[in-house]
Amino acid sequence: MKTILFIEDEPTLQKAVGRFLEKEGYNVKTALDGESGLDMVKKIKPNLILLDLILPKKDGFEVLAELKQDPKTANIPVIVLTNLEGSDDVEKALSLGATTYLVKANYNLDEVVQRIKEILK
Amino acid sequence: MDIKKLRHQLNPFAQCTKYHLSLWQCPSFLFPLTGLVTILAMVSTYLIAARYTQPEIVALIVIAVTAVLVIIGYLVIQGFEQLAQANQMKTEFVSIASHQLRTPLTGIKWMVDLIMQQQTKSFTKDQLETLGSIRENNQRMINLVNDLLDLSRLEQGRFIFKPEAIHLDKLLKEILKEYTSLAKASNTKISLELEANIPPVIKDKRGLGLVLHNLIDNAIRYTKEQGRVKIKLSSKGNLVRCEVKDNGVGIPAEDQKKIFQKFFRSQNALKYQTEGTGLGLFIAKSIIKASKGKMEFWSKEGQGSTFWFEIPVK
Repeated sequence: MKTILFIEDEPTLQKAVGRFLEKEGYNVKTALDGESGLDMVKKIKPNLILLDLILPKKDGFEVLAELKQDPKTANIPVIVLTNLEGSDDVEKALSLGATTYLVKANYNLDEVVQRIKEILK
Repeated sequence: MDIKKLRHQLNPFAQCTKYHLSLWQCPSFLFPLTGLVTILAMVSTYLIAARYTQPEIVALIVIAVTAVLVIIGYLVIQGFEQLAQANQMKTEFVSIASHQLRTPLTGIKWMVDLIMQQQTKSFTKDQLETLGSIRENNQRMINLVNDLLDLSRLEQGRFIFKPEAIHLDKLLKEILKEYTSLAKASNTKISLELEANIPPVIKDKRGLGLVLHNLIDNAIRYTKEQGRVKIKLSSKGNLVRCEVKDNGVGIPAEDQKKIFQKFFRSQNALKYQTEGTGLGLFIAKSIIKASKGKMEFWSKEGQGSTFWFEIPVK
């Protein structure tokens, strides 16, 4: 069973995604801020990371940069899942190594799962 | 009516009162004042110098006038800073508000997704309808937030027009892929007719993508069952022309002159599609105008509509 780490500070969204993904057969772990997110990555070595950009303690960009700089975590695919939409934000995230950038409000959960499946194949 | 408008435009204080600036912060008041002070100073210097010939007096006058002008100059700069700040806050407000709004909107969207993931067979028909309605209304709000964000960026000139060479035929094919499921669901046949040798245009990719999305979206949504949408790409001289034709519900004659207005939705449209915001065509036309092109349409109620735009290669 694949493990997905969801780093997101909004509890409602955490719950929704967590339950949905579990029903789809994934093992889901969550983190509420950037720092604990990074700790969790090192601890559980997820198969994929869903990363929000606005986070307390360390924002998504910093987390992304650190993940890609560490050879032990650089190969884990990261889907940026955020409601920020500036084209500079998109460029920055993609240039830092994010696999894909999704604006939460524009995607249904089954569409998100579709992307996850495509990346994990 | 027109005289009123003219007076309003000639009124230099209109801008300042709009942004709650006092008279002494208003650049359009302060500049003419500067001019007036300079003229008065020159006239009085002449009159005084004609009576008192001591150079010290003239020097004093010049120093006094300079001091007054410096103070006015300082007030002018302050005024401009206030205007700039007010403008900046407007941009930030829309950015922050739309981001903040998206969070609970996403919350509702995904919670409904969660419910629908469960055994929907155990739901009654009424319950399913209610859920569908929640989804629809929520999506309507999301669409509005998205459109307002685009609109505000356009009006502020912050749409970040990044010109690059775009092959419209490739862009169209990419975008059409996104509409295959929607087209299938509504049994709409989409055909793409490409002229040979269409030159690439140097425009903003995101902007043109938005325009095409809007036009194709409208064409599919306002076409009833068994509809046909024909997209044609051609070029003449240094203009590239894109036509999106549908055989859908069309736009009633009395609504046609308002179709590009902000938030306008034809009565006809409201019947068929409840999630529209009335901003799509306004945004699309603004983008085409900003790309130095033009956008028009032909439509007949009950027969369909053809929307087209022409943009110069550069």
